[in-house]
Amino acid sequence: MKIYVCIKHVPDSAVQITLMAKNQIDESVTFLMNPYDEHAVEEAVRLKERIADCEVVAVTLGKEGALSTLQSALAMGADRGVFIKTDDPPDAILTAKLLATAISQDGLPDIIFTGKESIDSQGMQTAFRIGAALDIPVAVNVAALSLDWDSNQVSNQNRVLAECEKSGGDRDVIEMHLPCVIGAGKSLNLPRYPTLPQIMKARKKKIKQIDPDSLGIEKPLASMEILKLQVTTYKRKNRILEGSPEQAVSRLIKCLHEEEKVF
Amino acid sequence: MTLTTENNAKKIGILIEFENGKIKKAEYGVITAAREAGHELYALVTETEEIDCRESLQIYGIEKIVMLSSKPEHLKQNPVRQAKAIIMAMNHFGIHTLCGLTSPWGKDLLPRIAAALDAPLVIDCLHVNFADNIAQKPQYSGKTVADIKVRGTYYIFGIRPNVTEAVEAPCRAEIIHFETNVDSKRFKVKDVKPGASRGVNLSEADIIISGGRAMRNTENYKILYDCAEVLNAAVGASRVAVDAGWVPHAMQVGQTGATVNPKLYIACGISGSVQHFAGMKTAGIIVAVNTDPDANMMRNCDYGITGDLFEIVPIFTRQLKEVPELNQL
Ligand SMILES: Cc1cc2nc3c(=O)[nH]c(=O)nc-3n(C[C@H](O)[C@H](O)[C@H](O)COP(=O)(O)OP(=O)(O)OC[C@H]3O[C@@H](n4cnc5c(N)ncnc54)[C@H](O)[C@@H]3O)c2cc1C
Repeated sequence: MKIYVCIKHVPDSAVQITLMAKNQIDESVTFLMNPYDEHAVEEAVRLKERIADCEVVAVTLGKEGALSTLQSALAMGADRGVFIKTDDPPDAILTAKLLATAISQDGLPDIIFTGKESIDSQGMQTAFRIGAALDIPVAVNVAALSLDWDSNQVSNQNRVLAECEKSGGDRDVIEMHLPCVIGAGKSLNLPRYPTLPQIMKARKKKIKQIDPDSLGIEKPLASMEILKLQVTTYKRKNRILEGSPEQAVSRLIKCLHEEEKVF
Repeated sequence: MTLTTENNAKKIGILIEFENGKIKKAEYGVITAAREAGHELYALVTETEEIDCRESLQIYGIEKIVMLSSKPEHLKQNPVRQAKAIIMAMNHFGIHTLCGLTSPWGKDLLPRIAAALDAPLVIDCLHVNFADNIAQKPQYSGKTVADIKVRGTYYIFGIRPNVTEAVEAPCRAEIIHFETNVDSKRFKVKDVKPGASRGVNLSEADIIISGGRAMRNTENYKILYDCAEVLNAAVGASRVAVDAGWVPHAMQVGQTGATVNPKLYIACGISGSVQHFAGMKTAGIIVAVNTDPDANMMRNCDYGITGDLFEIVPIFTRQLKEVPELNQL
């Protein structure tokens, strides 16, 4: 079985974002693997631990620094890495085409994992675009996965059951033929922390570096371009209501009712 | 730039979403936003054949209601078939712009349509300029807002719930039935497992009251539910409360939970981490109840009460019961 996991190098959720020239963020902050992608890698590695003859390949597209996120995936248990290196990461339309092409040039995927979204651009679409590029089914926000794998079967006779989280915690139970794309949600599993020896061992694993131009993809007609990026500021009134609990609450209700008119 | 003239009026398709047999309230805001640009609106209805939605839609200025169906494989609950049927309708009616709510349904369906059409998609828009195809959306968990210009043959937008106030504009709507025969051979919905938090719909709630680590256990959430009942609010939580197993993940607000946009957000015993703020920073009014006056939530709220939530919240609930406007509900 062959599993690909698409991962993204993103700013740590806790850091402050500041802007540089040309709608670029200051990238001198800490970057990590996109949190949802950690669940994707974890699930892939768990399948590998269960299934004989299974390879997990981590794939990323990004700048130089993304190498460290690729190494984190290798430390978690991926076998090798594919690094589409670019100084100018494109929009989601082209990114998905590059990922899909890099994957299909590398091998025949049975499952492609991604995170359900990335916490930087929050486009929420890469998994679907990879699926469309390869013409395979997609499920995202997957909270539980079960696989009936019979290596003697032709791949598309094998199926997965994916539980996708919907509103109110409802789960759609979806059956897909392989190959398919799975967008990992937060409830899928608890990602492992690699040990020091695993981190050391990961450094010896192979990473194939690819120049996006070498993938031979024509510039798509459709595009999404950031014209302007602004840091948000929300002015809050910051009124602390004094007095006894009874008084403070009654002042609060007066403000909400008379000034803010929320009820 | 927002002015449009008759001759460049576009056809805009709007995905209509239902909840408990009714059109979602937030949907009327989406319709209002699209209507303001002066375009011809097509309501696309896939969910139900049996519901009469003409009355509610024509009040908000919808002139064409397209009722999509499929035989022998029906559309209900199957996003792959729904996406195919919507694309067929878009092509049939010449609709190149599509919008819907950034709800769990929209987040699944809109990207399927965009991917199949190889069309640009901006999800979670705070504003869309339909004339120039520029959408504004939060990035970096709400720390920035980006203006995104989309180019292509089709344009697809997911609108964040509650960003536009719904305004009525009554007209007469025509109902058009559009039958397809789409299938989904490699993707089947086998079952729907009801969640532990049925009825919780944080992302579209007008008022939310949330509890964090200070809640200490599941039972204590009762005081929040009691208050929520009076306010007609939804109950949320921080990740700490979810990870501790006190409440289900569907109740989590924040970076790795729900993104919410209520008129009023009441944070009880929540410190106000960046990740929590990521999910609720666009709230109209933020109220904080916290024992620590220096907590980040207290420093970034509109109204704060320094105190023990177990004392403050029940008083709040009791006093709210005396507000006549709330008791008319
Ligand atoms: C990748 C990542 C993603 C994350 N995603 C999320 C997310 O989606 N949502 C989220 O919420 N967090 C998220 N977190 C966790 C986040 O960093 C914080 O740990 C979390 O929000 C803290 O929850 P809390 O405010 O309930 O608890 P604490 O930070 O412990 O705050 C408890 C607060 O309660 C107050 N308090 C205590 N007792 C009382 C009392 N009796 N009455 C009133 N106040 C009292 C305290 O003064 C304190 O301010 C994420 C973290 C990471 C790293």
